[in-house]
Amino acid sequence: MATVNPTIQSAGPAAGSRSFLSKLRDGDEIARLITFLFAASVVLITVLLVYELWISSALPRQKFGLHFFVTQVWDPVMDEYGALPFIYGTLVTSVVSLLLAVPLGIGASIFLAELAPPQISDTLQFFIDLLAAVPSVIYGLLGVFIVVPLMRTVIFPGLNKPLGFLPFFKGPSYGVGFLTAGIVMAIMVIPYIISVSREVLLSVPRDQREAALALGSTRWESTWKVVVPFAKTGIMGSIFLALARALGETMAVTMVIGNTPKISASLFAPGYSIAAVIANEFTEATGDLYLQSLIELGLVLFLLTFILNGLARLLIIVTTQKGSGVGNR
Amino acid sequence: MGKLRIRREMNLMKRIAVLVVGVLVLGAMVWAQNPLLINGAGATFPYPMYSKWFDEYHKKFPNVQINYQSIGSGGGIKQVTEGTVDFGATDGPMNDEQLKAFQAKRGSAILHFPTVLGADVPTYNIPGVTAELSFTPESLAGIFLGKITKWNDPAIASANKGVNLPANDIVVVHRSDGSGTTYIWTDYLSKVSDEWKNKVGKSTSVNWPVGLGGKGNEGVAGLVKQTPNAFGYVELIYAVQNSMPYGRVKNSSGALIKADLASVTLAAAGAAKEMPEDFRVSITNAPGKNAYPISSFTWLLIPQKFQDAGKRDALKGFLEWMLADGQNYAEALSYAKLPKEVIEKEKRAINSIQ
Repeated sequence: MATVNPTIQSAGPAAGSRSFLSKLRDGDEIARLITFLFAASVVLITVLLVYELWISSALPRQKFGLHFFVTQVWDPVMDEYGALPFIYGTLVTSVVSLLLAVPLGIGASIFLAELAPPQISDTLQFFIDLLAAVPSVIYGLLGVFIVVPLMRTVIFPGLNKPLGFLPFFKGPSYGVGFLTAGIVMAIMVIPYIISVSREVLLSVPRDQREAALALGSTRWESTWKVVVPFAKTGIMGSIFLALARALGETMAVTMVIGNTPKISASLFAPGYSIAAVIANEFTEATGDLYLQSLIELGLVLFLLTFILNGLARLLIIVTTQKGSGVGNR
Repeated sequence: MGKLRIRREMNLMKRIAVLVVGVLVLGAMVWAQNPLLINGAGATFPYPMYSKWFDEYHKKFPNVQINYQSIGSGGGIKQVTEGTVDFGATDGPMNDEQLKAFQAKRGSAILHFPTVLGADVPTYNIPGVTAELSFTPESLAGIFLGKITKWNDPAIASANKGVNLPANDIVVVHRSDGSGTTYIWTDYLSKVSDEWKNKVGKSTSVNWPVGLGGKGNEGVAGLVKQTPNAFGYVELIYAVQNSMPYGRVKNSSGALIKADLASVTLAAAGAAKEMPEDFRVSITNAPGKNAYPISSFTWLLIPQKFQDAGKRDALKGFLEWMLADGQNYAEALSYAKLPKEVIEKEKRAINSIQ
């Protein structure tokens, strides 16, 4: 740079702004500015969103305060609103879907990245990408016509008989409910987990594997003890993406969750989620307090996403520090 | 080569220029013939009817074009109050508070004009029962309050002698989305049951004591069809168009009535005598020997004072046409017509729009 700069500087008209102008001419400064603006717009949109949600939910914040988070009543006639059943439903369905999707998704991505022949891996990847592109209402229909009847006739009796003594598997089952929503959402988020995790696993350097094999480990040992830990951060990233999708999923969930704002321990019971109640009731919400309570629910969903993402990030920091001997390279 | 290329490029430029000028001229012509545009928004339930009407009216009077967005009754009331649309539409009449808000914001009153009628019907899926069931008001309220939980409860069985009802639990299904259908249903239950009125009340969405929620008529119908022993309510139109089985309901004169277009219109005729001047009236549980009890009007919301005389006259013209020729399109789309008494009354009300 030192040899290039003087020649360009001499071409500039004003002495004071020379270096800036020259950088401008290089394109460096322009690129920096433009990309900075793009990056800043993300922050700006987030802040604006929160601000708008905050401003538009003034009435219920004043009237209910923190009670909004612990009240279980949602009554548009008496104008009483509480978010607890919706928060509960959102968390339960998201957790159920991740419990089902994470082992399946990561298992499949390990097979695709490490064990499958490249042709099979690429072909399957094509189908996985297709699955990720299917609109959620289609998954909702799949849920209504296949998972719901299956839940009532096969899954519920299968789980209720041996495990019915646990509160999670108590009856009765109507087919729709937390577990159904969790299963449908798991099907929706699995492609995300597989797709991202496979890419991450494929990008682990070859010498890592070779070193493990050279030390006498089997293929599975090199995969499980070296490659997967190396790719841990990226795999966690895929799980975040899945979690974000699960928390905000609306259409498919409202079609199979039963839309009942009640808190029940049983996974077979019908419930409700934040995104679903907003989608259901927003159009016909006439009163100001009613409408603003729905907007406050949006704010709550935002907060929930924020907190869960923060917790997950914390988890990563803690776990990567523990395993720094492997991951820190 | 170079010259040829330049010429070719010039030709292309000319062509583009001609095209641009052409588009501009065409645009100007369309602009010049632009009809008077009137915007409305509101209820989803009468949307097929309204879009048919506005389309037919535009064909007849090309100088008036009415746009309607079916964003829901709540949105319709809100937007007409804010003045972002010229008129609104709703399935449940505006309450006094909303009328006051409109008066305060827009400096004039807002008028309700009934356009067509709709009804809710009870639908069910009981394995082994093919007979058409009959329901008393007490049994409907009891089921939705969660007090009647079995199909063979005496309250249901007494109205269905000879039908072998099973001892299974009733699975109640209601709408999860806010809707005029729910408003009609809860309005009816509030009239026939004091307990419902005090505990739950009437609205486009309520705090349901029991039951599962399905999104839209199709959501409720889907859940009822799939779930054994389910019981729910859907719009009459939806039931008719999808040939779903539905039950009879006992009306205020004690007769068991199966909903159809005629019995719904009769409910409006029965209520017409006591109709208030502003048309904000519920016709559920209406008097009349053959009136179907779970019926309702749907309304257009028209401001009483218009700044724009052109829009005012166009809307008045539309209302006149809707009450005369327009009504003939209703039955083809499975909406019940307005009775004569109501039409006469509305014609007088049109004159009060200034």
